[in-house]
Amino acid sequence: MKKDLLGIGDLTTDEIYRVLDTAEAMREIGQRPIKKVPTLRGKTVVNLFYEASTRTRTSFEIAEKRLSADTLSIAVATSSAQKGETLADTALNLEAMAPDMIVLRHASSGAGHLLSRICKSRIINAGDGMHEHPTQALLDAFTIREHKKRIDGLKVAIVGDLLHSRVLRSNVLLLTRLGAEVWVCGPATLVPTGIEQCGVRVSTSIAEAVADADVIMMLRIQQERMQGAFFPSLREYFHTFGMTAARVALARPDVIIMHPGPMNRGVEIASDVADGRSSVILEQVANGVAVRMAVLYLLGGGREGD
Amino acid sequence: MDADRIGRTLTRIAHEILERNRGIEDLALIGIRTRGVPLARRLAEMLRDIQGHDVPTGTLDITLYRDDLMRTAVGGQPVVRKTEIPFSIGDKRILLVDDVLYTGRTIRAALDALIEFGRPRAIQLVVLVDRGHRELPIKADYVGKNVPTSLTQSVQVHLTEIDGRDEVEILES
Repeated sequence: MKKDLLGIGDLTTDEIYRVLDTAEAMREIGQRPIKKVPTLRGKTVVNLFYEASTRTRTSFEIAEKRLSADTLSIAVATSSAQKGETLADTALNLEAMAPDMIVLRHASSGAGHLLSRICKSRIINAGDGMHEHPTQALLDAFTIREHKKRIDGLKVAIVGDLLHSRVLRSNVLLLTRLGAEVWVCGPATLVPTGIEQCGVRVSTSIAEAVADADVIMMLRIQQERMQGAFFPSLREYFHTFGMTAARVALARPDVIIMHPGPMNRGVEIASDVADGRSSVILEQVANGVAVRMAVLYLLGGGREGD
Repeated sequence: MDADRIGRTLTRIAHEILERNRGIEDLALIGIRTRGVPLARRLAEMLRDIQGHDVPTGTLDITLYRDDLMRTAVGGQPVVRKTEIPFSIGDKRILLVDDVLYTGRTIRAALDALIEFGRPRAIQLVVLVDRGHRELPIKADYVGKNVPTSLTQSVQVHLTEIDGRDEVEILES
């Protein structure tokens, strides 16, 4: 493994499968009476979160604790960034206290790359702006593989706010690498320019995108990142792109419905679909812990060339 | 050791297990990955053939408990595989099974791992080959064969389930 995990591009295909296979073993630890192994004993992991997060931060924290790492989480609201300190300065100050790994969530794309250049600690990107969220894509791939036993050749439809989604970017890179046929779908105003060069099919028709799909992945409408009007109203968005039972019926009968969370019920997904038989949304959350344990373990050891 | 010898050795160990534990009540077998796993399964079959009922059998991967994990300077982390213990080990007599007993460090890791699954009544150690050179105060309860070796040699156990043949060989490195 490379020093840092900033994006899917940092992983070779073998390493991706290594993460998924290791996560299988890690999942069993969560079912034990004592949910802990001594593997990262004495390692310090800092979770540096500049953006609101419940799932990802909790997931990393639980993963770190199950591996016996010493962890601390810094939420920006209570940190010196409020007093005007730059990200680089905060990182260098943390680095002075010699953590082994820093898990970073930041609103700016490339924040992890900045830390990667100035820090000796290993950096794990837990979401940087509109760029990448690699551990989310890995846990999505893990969940898909668990249900479908393969990823190669599956039709995966990713629907929603494509433009602002780091989950989309990481998933497109990962799933196309593993051989899936990826369709992306959303209002034309929310389709990133040039996305088709990533090897995906683009459609503004949800019926076309989800037809015979094995996997439907919904993306949240990220109003907090929207500067301007991308569609007339949330109601109209739901009418045109919301995932309803009628639209799910266009996909394969054994389709699985995914969502990285947090969900906006009644905006991108109907409640009966989110809670329905095909939904694996809560499994994704459960798998997130195992996948992050795998990443922490695989990054946590010695480094080539050290 | 050839296939025949390995077979007879395991049969002898199965009988020793029954003798020492006065039957198979409360016994469970746990094989240490990789080659302890087929050995544990074979012992379970033999115990069933002799006593007529099944002994619970599990699989333990000790990678996450290794004492040399975070010390390797070069290369990636060792592969972690699944631990599968589909029964409660509490109050059971656990027979921990491995192919070769050498430094004792694997067994140390296995003991640490096992304790996290509950509090067994006892843990006994079964090995096919004891090659000496212990670095920790660990001793096997059942030994297939004591093989005096030098530190420059390596002991390779091949088992049909994994390697396509049964054989124990000593290689000069």
